Amino acid sequence: MLGRTANGLFWMFRYLERAENTARLLDAGLRMALTRDLVTAEEEWRSVMSTAGQRAGYEAKHGTYTGMQAWNYILRDKDNPSSVLAMFGQVRQNARLARNAISGELWEAINENWLEIQDQLAKPVGENRVLDTVATIRRAGTMAHGAMEGSMLRNEAYHFGQAGTFLERGDSIARILDIKYYLLLPSLSYVGSSLDTGQWDQVLRSVSGDRAYRWLNAGQIDARGICEFLILDDCFPRSLAFCHSALRANLAALARLHGSEGESNALMRAADTRIADLTIDDVFEQGLHEFLVDFTASNAAIGDAIAKDYRFLS
Amino acid sequence: MTGDGEFFDEMRDPGGAVREAYAGYCDWFDDQETALLRRKHTEAESNFRKTGITFNVYSEEEAEERLIPFDMVPRVITAAEWRKLTRGIEQRVSALNAFMHDLYHRQEIIRAGRIPERLFRNNDAWLPHMVGFTPPGGIYTHIVGIDLVRTGSDEFYVLEDNARTPSGVSYMLENRETMMAMFPELFMRVPVESVSDYPRRLAKSLAACAPDCIRGKPTVAVLTPGIYNSAYFEHAFLADQMGAELVEGSDLRVIDGRVAMRTTSGYKPVDVIYRRVDDDFLDPMTFNEDSVLGVPGIMDVYRAGGVTIANAPGTGVADDKAIYSFMPEIVEFYTGEKPLLPNVETHRCADEESRKYVLDNLAELVVKEVHGSGGYGMLIGPTATKKQIAEFRKKIADEPENYIAQPTLALSTCPIFTKKGLAPRHVDLRPFVLVSPDKIDITPGGLTRVALDEGSLVVNSSQGGGTKDTWVLKD
Repeated sequence: MLGRTANGLFWMFRYLERAENTARLLDAGLRMALTRDLVTAEEEWRSVMSTAGQRAGYEAKHGTYTGMQAWNYILRDKDNPSSVLAMFGQVRQNARLARNAISGELWEAINENWLEIQDQLAKPVGENRVLDTVATIRRAGTMAHGAMEGSMLRNEAYHFGQAGTFLERGDSIARILDIKYYLLLPSLSYVGSSLDTGQWDQVLRSVSGDRAYRWLNAGQIDARGICEFLILDDCFPRSLAFCHSALRANLAALARLHGSEGESNALMRAADTRIADLTIDDVFEQGLHEFLVDFTASNAAIGDAIAKDYRFLS
Repeated sequence: MTGDGEFFDEMRDPGGAVREAYAGYCDWFDDQETALLRRKHTEAESNFRKTGITFNVYSEEEAEERLIPFDMVPRVITAAEWRKLTRGIEQRVSALNAFMHDLYHRQEIIRAGRIPERLFRNNDAWLPHMVGFTPPGGIYTHIVGIDLVRTGSDEFYVLEDNARTPSGVSYMLENRETMMAMFPELFMRVPVESVSDYPRRLAKSLAACAPDCIRGKPTVAVLTPGIYNSAYFEHAFLADQMGAELVEGSDLRVIDGRVAMRTTSGYKPVDVIYRRVDDDFLDPMTFNEDSVLGVPGIMDVYRAGGVTIANAPGTGVADDKAIYSFMPEIVEFYTGEKPLLPNVETHRCADEESRKYVLDNLAELVVKEVHGSGGYGMLIGPTATKKQIAEFRKKIADEPENYIAQPTLALSTCPIFTKKGLAPRHVDLRPFVLVSPDKIDITPGGLTRVALDEGSLVVNSSQGGGTKDTWVLKD
């Protein structure tokens, strides 16, 4: 496979994951805003914007936070290079680039959804449509992953795509946790004090983990438990541990297919030793923020190494 | 839907009776409900969108992907008609290939005084770099599209030869796929020759043209200018269907006298390059030095026999309309036979006598630029305004060698499906021909282009043309 095609596949899935995660974030934000008074709602949208990493861009354009303004900025604003529309455009662009490395089913899943999303985001999105639009974006991800699972050879193309997915997913979870990490502070010093469960609920929702968490913890919401769940629970497909081991498997498969290991495999192994046998207490001891910063940096280094090992660009 | 006599109606004779070729189709059609067909029509369109069979159009503002309109009434050719066409196309294509070889070697045809030297000397597509060099297998025109028009039950003419980079074959394939998906029962009733193995044939034909030094299975790659090219869909489609890599210039590099592509496990040599990049951009070291689409040094590798480039650089000469006007002589010179497929009568404005005739009859003629394509730079006398005619009068007087003129052809019609039912529209036909040292291989079918506007003779997709599935019936 061409290095450029591998790069296309990797980024196609990174953008797909990013678009999907942004949609989840919006979904959680919308729900939160519905249950709050106006002043708190404004606070919520600011927080959503920070989590999405789009706060600076938004505030450069708008002086105030209203839901409609916020979700239209995130979804479709032409001045926002990270809008869902722009991200999905990148998904489709990369899919076109890697067109002869992906199955027809996967291509059609991407292309059909792109047409649908483009259509839905052609005009400003009002209150009556926003949930539908967010659902469409999330469904697009589900369809693409389904088509990939059901129709693609487990060859390089598959593993480059998967590597993109899990690298991006890990990044996104780490960012969400890091931005909300101040919420943890009270729970450390005031064990058992009343938490802002709404906030935590939002965090869980934004990674579609609310239901899984409830089942595992019988409805008990506390910050420590949530952190443990999102960082260390390797059964939950949106935990750091899960993303980590999935990425490791993909990189191992790529090394197997190429008959040799590269820098990415070495970095992955180093990351493994850091995360193996880790308990949530260790994480808190190191400091959650520091831990997340380390994780993100290691993730980024692995990403760079993949690009180098497999000649994405030169 | 009866033929009115002025134009040859391919479906019905002037008395309104269905012609043999369309008997099976019309039988089926009569059983269909119009409402259902209308729904299928919308379905077809959304199918094209879904699969992304589009071409890119760029304006100053933004990029847009357009669909070429598809009409669901097939264009039907009988087995006997096709056999005859095939013989004529084979003859013409083998003459074209011999002509290319001669032009870049001894130029016997010029020595014999059959065509004037200025014809190619003034031609931008002529490449001095190709002089004295024979491409692998002696093949210049690996993939050719011959544009045919029909004017009567037994009258087919060649309108244009596309020896440079004929496009549109993906439409031949996708139109058939769409028809089979929409009307499976139709294909159970009417036996139609399959076109679906074209990509396999293409891969085989290209592999057969690999350089002599290659042992084992040759590696074929499709070279595209990239995703912004208007025909990118087709490039990706063909590469995918052939199981070949789709490369851009930046993926290729000359290493140890071979052209190699950057794969995830290092550079791997490529043996045959089906390029959809123009000559000018192929090698910045030889041609346009600003080109980022090509591969520096590829021409050196090529001339040393280390890679096959299809079609060979410099074949664009054959697409010139002034050369076209000499095709009857060219065919006869190299095959020793009279052409089986006639040319459209062509007046070369460079000849004084012809020029006078053209200027006197502008209102009846079609005038074309010799290097033009895509239906641009063209005057259609009968439908032109006085102002347009005056403009062309001046253009021809200024640069006579830049123009040829042809009579306005009574192009045959084939019905299309409209809101008001079937209605005749003018069509042409581009069969796709593969040339290798082993054989000339013509896929039974082709791309039928149709002028969707009533009365229009312009079938180009850039100017309101659509396409149809093209059927060659089985015996």
